[in-house]
Amino acid sequence: MSKLVRAGVWLVVAALGAAAFARLALSRGETISAAWLLTAAVSVYAIAYRFYSKLIAAKVFALDARRTTPAVRMDDGRDFVPTNRWVVFGHHFAAIAGPGPLVGPTLAAQFGYLPGVIWIIVGVALGGAVQDFVILCASVRRNGKSLGAMAREEIGPVAGMTALVAVLGIMVVLLAVLALVVVNALKASPWGIVTIGLTIPIAIGMGVYLRWFRPGKVLEASAIGIVLIIAALYVGQAVSQSASLAPVFTFSGITVAFMVMGYSFAASVLPVWLLLAPRDYLSAFVKIGVVVALAAGIIITLPPLHMPALTQFTDGSGPVFAGKVFPFAFITIACGAISGFHALVSSGTTPKMLASEPDARMIGYGSMIMESLVAVLALIAACALTPGVYFAVNAPAGAIGTTAASAAEAVRHWGFTLNPADMETLAKQVGESTLLSRTGGAPSLALGMAQLFSNVLGGNEAMAIWYHFAIMFEALFILTTLDAGTRVGRFMIQDLGKHLWEPIGRVSWYPAIVLSSGIIVAMWGHFLYQGVTDPLGGINSLWPLFGISNQLLATVALCVATTVFIKMGKARYSFVTLLPLTWLTIVCMTAGWQKMFSPDVKLGFLSHAKLIQSQIDSNTLPAVIKTVSDAHRIIFNDYLDAVVAAFFMLSVIVILADSFREWYAVLAGRKAVVSSEVPFDGAIAVTGD
Amino acid sequence: MTPREAVQSARERIERAACVVRTIIGVPDYERYVAHVRAHHPGAEPLTEEEFTRQRLVDRYSRPGSRCC
Repeated sequence: MSKLVRAGVWLVVAALGAAAFARLALSRGETISAAWLLTAAVSVYAIAYRFYSKLIAAKVFALDARRTTPAVRMDDGRDFVPTNRWVVFGHHFAAIAGPGPLVGPTLAAQFGYLPGVIWIIVGVALGGAVQDFVILCASVRRNGKSLGAMAREEIGPVAGMTALVAVLGIMVVLLAVLALVVVNALKASPWGIVTIGLTIPIAIGMGVYLRWFRPGKVLEASAIGIVLIIAALYVGQAVSQSASLAPVFTFSGITVAFMVMGYSFAASVLPVWLLLAPRDYLSAFVKIGVVVALAAGIIITLPPLHMPALTQFTDGSGPVFAGKVFPFAFITIACGAISGFHALVSSGTTPKMLASEPDARMIGYGSMIMESLVAVLALIAACALTPGVYFAVNAPAGAIGTTAASAAEAVRHWGFTLNPADMETLAKQVGESTLLSRTGGAPSLALGMAQLFSNVLGGNEAMAIWYHFAIMFEALFILTTLDAGTRVGRFMIQDLGKHLWEPIGRVSWYPAIVLSSGIIVAMWGHFLYQGVTDPLGGINSLWPLFGISNQLLATVALCVATTVFIKMGKARYSFVTLLPLTWLTIVCMTAGWQKMFSPDVKLGFLSHAKLIQSQIDSNTLPAVIKTVSDAHRIIFNDYLDAVVAAFFMLSVIVILADSFREWYAVLAGRKAVVSSEVPFDGAIAVTGD
Repeated sequence: MTPREAVQSARERIERAACVVRTIIGVPDYERYVAHVRAHHPGAEPLTEEEFTRQRLVDRYSRPGSRCC
């Protein structure tokens, strides 16, 4: 009987999900409530978690509570510490969730809400959550080995080396594009720059407090820090309203870009306790705060979605970024659907904290479902804006001009409506001089959040505070990814560089630290500068590169997982990883190919370079490109971007080829089916990674 | 339960909650480490709190995987 009841409940959940999807897909020319989107998402998540993750847990890995985990076996009180599963869940979620799931869906909203929502929901159930979960299991069974180590040992040295270099490439592109998002949010915004600027001395103050005054009292210091950053919000407001101070703190995009580079360099060379660690603590609270606030705002207001299900930009002519809905919706939304970067977290600290094997299901699969929900919330916030406002904020100046009137004209041309006066009022309401072409996703998300929150609390007068609250929070945790990422990048440069020149590998030799930090900042700084000065807006070329690189890392992770399955003698379940692997390979290669070779000058790097060259030759450079040397720089960057795309595509091919070779060897019987797992009740292993 | 006991139990509960929050945001747990050294390596002297915290932080920010996009 109870079995029947349970089956009935799941049937109802399935029916609800199907009905919600039907409502989403069939709505034409009317606004529908965000409730449908949330219902569709939550029903699919519940079913996927209950049935699909259970299949993987039971049939593929046969997770068993009697099998000791590395945390239990190798407990050292430092790295390996068995921890309560809810705590590990929180820790893992805080580590995987960043700005990615907020920005990607916001950008992809240019296609309408439907492509984004389908990819986020289906992608996570069959791809992202699966990847995080199986890599976590594989790592737990191998004493917490890292993805790179597993790629080397399971597939081969070629795959291992490719993975290593690819991770560095991904770091560079990731840091550049996130920095660009921050720059676009802070340029020409005295309020934003003052607030964010003040978070740096606040963090240093916390660091000093924790070191000399009250060592170890992290929560106390964080509480003080949070009060101070809220105060910084009001200081920023005061500065932006002061006629004498506001111009002093109004900076161009290029200036802000160099400030961000300088800050990241400093964070990489300074001791971690002074700046990085306290900022990280603050940012962890902020991250959870934003997610909870966003969820509460959306659930309370259930806003109507003004964006249509599909816009005409599915044909590839979109102003936010160029390219058709296939493959670019699947590249633009990486985090939230499937993100290769998570494989690094799933094979990093998390496997060393797991107290019991079956916990891996909730932590690996469950956390990713949570992140996917965050992506759905971001998509709702973007689609709750009217399309006119959405495009005016997210389209570059090249597409909508620089005045409210020209923006309204462009938007009208696309079939949406925008009253130029409304755009100016909105900017005034949020305390900015302009909201036009604030590309990168963060400002439009902040605008969406400000509208949601001010509906609940404070009304129109509170819009400005809510907007800057959201900007500050986003910028704070993007900067935390930037500074920590730069430091990690520095170590990778030192690690790779020591093969060329031994002294650069010395991690406590100051000249080596400064040099390698300078190299990594210069690497991502170059792409950032290119993005800031790009007449097409920068996001157009950098975000797809980031998406491709992230999906490349997912390809590596899924190849590793498939190899692990096959060597466990579970080849018949390899569809679990082969399904997302096949899809990602198709998406990655198509997108990479189009970014390189598309004849559309907005899309293809090479055709764009050719266009600019012909404009130089015929002396017909557009007004936005001021000098011939600027034009030559653009051409150089186009070629560089093409080379980066080619490198990522080549890496995918190498990893796949190396994996196929290994799979074939095992399946054809030329290699014994031997798993490298720590045996069930086997000897206690001593080496981690 | 006497008032004093009630205060005591509330205090313990807050301390436990604080411990959960600290682990989630990634603060190294010194007490647990000392307990581990005392239990498993009798005779060995554990690192000081400052030394331990410094080592943990340096380690945390030196490899990819502690942070995501």
